[in-house]
Amino acid sequence: MSRDAALLWLLALLVAGLFALSLLIGPAGLTLAQSLGALLRGEGAAETLVMREIRLPRAALAVLVGAALGLSGAALQGYLRNPLAEPGLIGVSGSAALGAVLAIQTGLAAAFALALPLAALTGAVLAVLALLGLAGPRGGGFTLILAGIAISALAGALTSLALNLSPNPFAATEAVFWMMGSLADRSFTHVWLALPFIVLGGAAVLTLGRGLDALTLGEDAAEALGVGLARLRLVLVLGVASAVGAATAVAGAIGFVGLVVPHLLRPLVGAQPSKLLPASALGGAAMILAADIAVRLIAPERDLKLGVLTAIVGAPFFLHLIWRTRREGL
Amino acid sequence: MLSIENLTVRRGDVTAVDGVTLDVGAGEFVGLIGPNGAGKTTLMRAALGLLPHEGTSSLAAMPAATRARHAAWLPQTREIAWPVSVETLVRLGRTPHRSTGGPRADTKAVDAALARMELEDFRHRTATRLSGGEQARVLIARALAQEAPLLLADEPIAGLDPAHQLAAMETFAALAGEGHGVVAALHDLGLAARFCTRIVVLHRGEKHADGTPGAVLTPELLAHVFAIRAHYEQTRDGPVFQPLERLR
Repeated sequence: MSRDAALLWLLALLVAGLFALSLLIGPAGLTLAQSLGALLRGEGAAETLVMREIRLPRAALAVLVGAALGLSGAALQGYLRNPLAEPGLIGVSGSAALGAVLAIQTGLAAAFALALPLAALTGAVLAVLALLGLAGPRGGGFTLILAGIAISALAGALTSLALNLSPNPFAATEAVFWMMGSLADRSFTHVWLALPFIVLGGAAVLTLGRGLDALTLGEDAAEALGVGLARLRLVLVLGVASAVGAATAVAGAIGFVGLVVPHLLRPLVGAQPSKLLPASALGGAAMILAADIAVRLIAPERDLKLGVLTAIVGAPFFLHLIWRTRREGL
Repeated sequence: MLSIENLTVRRGDVTAVDGVTLDVGAGEFVGLIGPNGAGKTTLMRAALGLLPHEGTSSLAAMPAATRARHAAWLPQTREIAWPVSVETLVRLGRTPHRSTGGPRADTKAVDAALARMELEDFRHRTATRLSGGEQARVLIARALAQEAPLLLADEPIAGLDPAHQLAAMETFAALAGEGHGVVAALHDLGLAARFCTRIVVLHRGEKHADGTPGAVLTPELLAHVFAIRAHYEQTRDGPVFQPLERLR
């Protein structure tokens, strides 16, 4: 078995282990035997409800959201040839958050179960259309960053405006907590909503490996190697937006995972962008599973938000990154 | 191998390349010379179809995948974005051969390219940690691994030490000798005179002269295009060219 295959197996095992661990942790205080019996054989009504309707969708969402963020971060870093790129850069997460906040403020979120994530997805779709319109059909990574920053800034400002003018302090509080990002109290309807977007978006991004590898030589050389840059960028934007938009819609804004995971794994795959894609998807899933286990262990009573934890762990890592980049004189 | 007809590239109000017609055949090593801003890079990029242009180029007319198997392009900016191994980087030259040949042909081409650029000992080194000149040689090896009949190179020997400049020029000349076509933008007129089978002079976007080094590098042309005076002599060691002074 090659080194790359071994790494992917190892990461997959890590994800499987953390997935199992995630199923066994929660305020219900079930024993191992109770948990397995309820999950696999449906023993005990209350236990079965906890395992199948609360813990299983939560763990499944952690895998989906983590994979979407890790993969998107790796793909954007590869495309922009910049290790500081992250999934939020193209403005999709900010716009999805705006959609969600508007749904909460207008009371739409209370109308039916999926109203909030659907509003967030709508925000993500509008952001992609604006992004592609602004960045144009051709043009390189630079215009994409600029367009993404502009959209992020606008979405952020409009989100602030919605909170600012909120007639209802409870709705404002709810919106603020939603934006912190969490996987608590999610159901299988959330899983089924996010799954197709994340799977299709992820599959599209995973096809870009060879083009991203060629981009190591720069845009000019990659194009001369037969890589269609315009098509690559379109697939990348649509794939990332689909996966990250859906992830944000069901889990809120969870930062730093898409930045940190590709960074940690890059040295282990010889820095090759194509090999980093699947590794980062698995690594992202493992990291979100671990963080979601941690929020339940650290403060079981306080509903510590997942996005807060990833930011608290991620920000010092980011500082370390800046420090190391400066030391290497890059 | 390459056939350019009446190629014109406009950038805003500036005409960077103005109606250039050029044919490059098998076995030719063409030195593309001209002062800074004469349009050498623009001409090559447009010929490859990487820039919007008027006129025709046989390369630009091909579908991207076909063109990539027909011509290798070595840009002037030596970009290596990630700390990949030298072998991985050279293997990127095999990108256009996705569906043909298989992994064995890829490995053979990579090995041959590394050997040709005397980089076997660097195979497992991290490309971004090499010196600028070493990186330049790795990138030339990448273009060689593409095994395209035609090689377009933009200032491939800038920044190399004298021995490796000679080695790179020998490699290009040898490629031409094997029936490849090579077009290289060069500033070292002495090396161009020694190794190129043909010299094309660009001046303000137009093709000013085209012929053997001896026929092209006349005192009048050097004065008019480059504003220099030079010593140029055929010796027993081959042609010797030395710029002497600027003319005002």
